[in-house]
Amino acid sequence: MFVKSLSLVAVLACFTALPTVASQAQTVSDERKKELTHIVKQDCGSCHGMTLKGGLGTPLLPEDLKGKHVDFLTHTIMHGRPTTAMPPWNALLTQSEARWIALQLKRGNFTNEK
Amino acid sequence: MKNKLKKLSIALLVLGSASCVTTQPQETAQLRPTGDLGVVIERATGQVQIVNHTHNNSLAQIDGLGDLSHASIVYSRDERYAYVFGRDGGLTKIDILKDKIAKRVIQSGNSIGGAISQDGKLVAVSNYTPGGVKVFDAESLELVADIKATELLGHAKNKDGSTKRSKVVGLVDAPDNKFVFSLFDSDEIWVADFSTAQYTVKKFNDIGRAPYDALISPDGRYYIAGLFGEDGMALLDLWNIDKGVKHILKDYGKGDKKLPVYKMPHLEGWAMAGDFAYVPAVGLHKVLVINTKTWQQVDEIDVHGQPVFVMAQPDNRQVWVNFSFPRNDTVQVIDTQTQSLTDTLKPGKGVLHMEFTPRGEHVWMSVRDEHKIQIYNTKDKALLKEVPAASPSGIFFTNRAHQIGL
Repeated sequence: MFVKSLSLVAVLACFTALPTVASQAQTVSDERKKELTHIVKQDCGSCHGMTLKGGLGTPLLPEDLKGKHVDFLTHTIMHGRPTTAMPPWNALLTQSEARWIALQLKRGNFTNEK
Repeated sequence: MKNKLKKLSIALLVLGSASCVTTQPQETAQLRPTGDLGVVIERATGQVQIVNHTHNNSLAQIDGLGDLSHASIVYSRDERYAYVFGRDGGLTKIDILKDKIAKRVIQSGNSIGGAISQDGKLVAVSNYTPGGVKVFDAESLELVADIKATELLGHAKNKDGSTKRSKVVGLVDAPDNKFVFSLFDSDEIWVADFSTAQYTVKKFNDIGRAPYDALISPDGRYYIAGLFGEDGMALLDLWNIDKGVKHILKDYGKGDKKLPVYKMPHLEGWAMAGDFAYVPAVGLHKVLVINTKTWQQVDEIDVHGQPVFVMAQPDNRQVWVNFSFPRNDTVQVIDTQTQSLTDTLKPGKGVLHMEFTPRGEHVWMSVRDEHKIQIYNTKDKALLKEVPAASPSGIFFTNRAHQIGL
């Protein structure tokens, strides 16, 4: 348990030390945003709950993600979490798309609009 | 005397109805048997549809069921009531004769599925938050038992400050009025026995890391839990329960190759045909064939994607497979005699679930992103009909009422 949190801290530290990644500048088209929203609700939702309240996966509401950096969330989406069920999504998403998802999660934008 | 009265009243009834025939023909028309009905979950809108699989049509839509992502259904043994287990902890009893909600309770914060007891008198729900199983009177939905899962002492507390308990998964009914379930966070299988007035719980520890779902064989003998945290599966032989939990299929799982697993396969649909079980591989584009006498893998069949449901037709002649995202627009059919792939169908994006008519001449499929249900002939694979439905997921026909574990 302790080792796990330690490694999280290490990952975080590594990210905060990095300069802003260039790919962040890429924008995500409105059409793609719609598709991503669908993926988050339906496919992420199969573990995290369609309303992101959590299931076998952790809850992903803004209050649950408080204190978790956008870069850390982006990294988790892209590369998954070894030893857990969270798969790497980098075969299906670009870095900027993952970052867009992370930002919306932090802001609660997937659950606000209905 | 009593008998005489009965006969008299029947005679009166017959007379009465005979005289009514011309004036109230609808009275008879409204009779609705339930043996060929079913309920379809419309997951995004919190609604269900009541459908008829003889006439291939929709009869009614009922709303107000809350969060239905990953919802499932069991039936009362008279096939009149459907118990819907919602994700938000809602337990709803639907009267499918009257097209309306008969009762609804919010019994937890986050739940995953349920089961009905052998005698039909108890409905059990497995919960993530707070972790445990609640058992209700099937008639009144009053709480009968609250079985709390193992406390997780090393973990962060719940938002309300209480100690977290293990999430409960893979809840099924078993013969002798038992419920069997697995504890995801504490690596246990519990057997709750409701055959006596005071229920008992038998606990099996260290059954393997992180059981995430389970199934029971159609004869109610074998309970098998899939493991997230390691390869292999946990098997409990309920006919020889004192022998404890065995670790089987030690190579079953992700192993070390690994495609990313976007959705873990469902175990409920495990197809068992003859001496073989057809099992979705985890993280591989394969269906595995297992000998159920030895629990050894004997073959593997290459398929289109990572399988989610692998389901045998009622006659076991063919096995139907759907796939996880992003290959979930396809369904494939395997011939169980030759163990080879025979058909590839493209119903559309988001094929989530399949349900066979009781004797297997048709299969219904929910095609989530196309907002429809498709009905196919199982023999020639012809598409017979499409029924509109909003983001349909699970399809549940009433004949499940009389099957162990469903």
